[in-house]
Amino acid sequence: MKNSSLSDTRVTRRFAALKRAGRPGFSAFVTAGDPTPGAFREILAGLPAAGADLIEVGVPFSDPMADGPSIQLSSQRSLKHGSSMKSVLADVAAFRKNDADTPIILMGYFNPIYRYGAEAFARDAAAAGADGVIVVDLPPEEADELCPALDASGLHMIFLTAPTSSGARLPAILKRASGFVYYVSVTGVTGTKLADEDHVKAAVARLRRHTQLPIAVGFGIKTPDAARAIGRHCDAIVVGSAIVDVIGKGGSPAEVLSFVRSLAGK
Amino acid sequence: MDALQRAVYDPRMSVITKPNTYRAGADGQGHFGIFGGRYVAETLMPLILEVEKAYAAAKADPAFARELKSFQDHYAGRPSPLYFAERLTRHFGGAKIYFKRDELNHTGSHKINNCLGQILLARRMGKSRIIAETGAGQHGVATATVCARFGLQCVVYMGAKDIERQKPNVFRMKLLGAEVRPVDKGTATLKDAMNEALRDWVANVDSTYYLIGTAAGPHPYPTMVRDFQSIIGEEVRAQLQEQEGRLPDVLVACIGGGSNAIGLFHPFLDDKSVRIVGVEAAGKGVATGAHAASIAGGAPGVLHGNRTYLLQDANGQIQDAHSISAGLDYPGIGPEHSWLHSMGRVQYVSATDDEALEAFQLCSRIEGILPALEPAHAIAHVKKLAPTLPSSSLLVMNMCGRGDKDVFTVAEALGAKL
Repeated sequence: MKNSSLSDTRVTRRFAALKRAGRPGFSAFVTAGDPTPGAFREILAGLPAAGADLIEVGVPFSDPMADGPSIQLSSQRSLKHGSSMKSVLADVAAFRKNDADTPIILMGYFNPIYRYGAEAFARDAAAAGADGVIVVDLPPEEADELCPALDASGLHMIFLTAPTSSGARLPAILKRASGFVYYVSVTGVTGTKLADEDHVKAAVARLRRHTQLPIAVGFGIKTPDAARAIGRHCDAIVVGSAIVDVIGKGGSPAEVLSFVRSLAGK
Repeated sequence: MDALQRAVYDPRMSVITKPNTYRAGADGQGHFGIFGGRYVAETLMPLILEVEKAYAAAKADPAFARELKSFQDHYAGRPSPLYFAERLTRHFGGAKIYFKRDELNHTGSHKINNCLGQILLARRMGKSRIIAETGAGQHGVATATVCARFGLQCVVYMGAKDIERQKPNVFRMKLLGAEVRPVDKGTATLKDAMNEALRDWVANVDSTYYLIGTAAGPHPYPTMVRDFQSIIGEEVRAQLQEQEGRLPDVLVACIGGGSNAIGLFHPFLDDKSVRIVGVEAAGKGVATGAHAASIAGGAPGVLHGNRTYLLQDANGQIQDAHSISAGLDYPGIGPEHSWLHSMGRVQYVSATDDEALEAFQLCSRIEGILPALEPAHAIAHVKKLAPTLPSSSLLVMNMCGRGDKDVFTVAEALGAKL
């Protein structure tokens, strides 16, 4: 059941603007609090100017089962500095003071949300200025314990679809989806295999037969060339591990943002 | 409101009623009350559904049951004996103590029961590659064994810390042809090995079957593993009937993920007269924080595909478990145990490292049986419980593994030089 208030949000407005501009969006993933709370806020604040049309903020978790080494390490770096759901939401609120338009999607695992309380989380995330939520380990079969709370707070629940999602499964996923649909372009964890352009083209075409929602593709895009190639076939591309790797190698916020500019083709 | 209270106020649990049977779960979605479920990434979801479908078909096929029974009898050596521990009974004074001798199975623990069932399922599904996680190495050895028997490729993920303290089992797995992949991420123990196995599965969905070793993980694993382990309790029921002519009064088993325990308990859950006790690992003591007692010291949460009691901090980050026993060193517990705890049907207690070490030595000297450190925790509780019961009382404890693998750990703990 979709909340009518979700028909005009920062997310829908951003995808409408991208469509008018005739180009795919670029979504940058960074883990909150990585590498330090201060450097993270600097990176986050600089992302829109560096070309990020959307931002995915990773909520660190001790056991990120769907993530490869890059994002696992970024979670560990962040947790070492004591980050928590509260600090993540405070980072989002700080960002929102200076940017009223760039959508922020919180991406993470269910346990930190469950522990915070689904309703309290939805309320506080919306108040901080987040726009949507991706919960990696909450498939539609279990999503009813979070979806109503997100709906009530005007947050999009963004679902993942994968190469393994059968045609029979897609309607069950898409009837709960709002904002956009995330296509996981490889079978594997984040930042390991490379997305194949022909595969993505066919997969996105298949998804379009099932949904009007914009389609973002992620999980295997590491370079500006790959970003351009995959971007030809979808509404937005997501890069995470490659950015997080620059942070992991000790890159300064300026270096991180310069890499983001190259990915965004700026 | 803390997590425990939230769980109690969960809308799906707002009316707590005693079920007509404790043996019907899980429901169609894999839930035991609020526990269990299928909390996995979308990429894995279709695979989990495929395993569920294949298992339902196998369960309904008499040929599957016949094949499994044949391997249980002639390869694993079932039934395992039900042994009257006469000298331990006299030593403790009180209840008459029986050991279910699952340590006498091929590979030295109850783990083979589940591995035989799942490997036959994997073959029916046409999978060519098997992955598994292991803590103490018992499940890894059992998995490597059945893979060798059926000629399937086998990759076992094991925490680097566990590899260090369970060297004999690591070598055993290699002799059996398995590849043991060390996991140095996170805390480098069983939970991290399970994370890594899930990551492998998601990257190799077509060829690979994930053979989970305990009654946890996403549905249908907790139910399936329980079904394959329930032969323990079913045999106890028949054997005690033959030896004593009646039901047991008390069942005791140790619990990490809880597969040996649920296997012993499940056939007796609806026998109201049977008192059932699960023993978690209290490590250095539940109050110290260095333990593996998820029910005594944890709260409901979601990890590894299911909702269950977990050791976690206030922010929902999973905490390190500690136990001298690598097989109990896991920050969670199977979801059916969480449910049985919430229903009050099974009583969950704990025993410390020191108590287990003492029980290990006592059982070795008095009964001539070296228990694994895992069931040594159960013996430690029997020591407390048996003297409080009348001599007419029948207590069955699951001796779920043998202690040969633990002699180095025990030697080190006792300061003995080998």
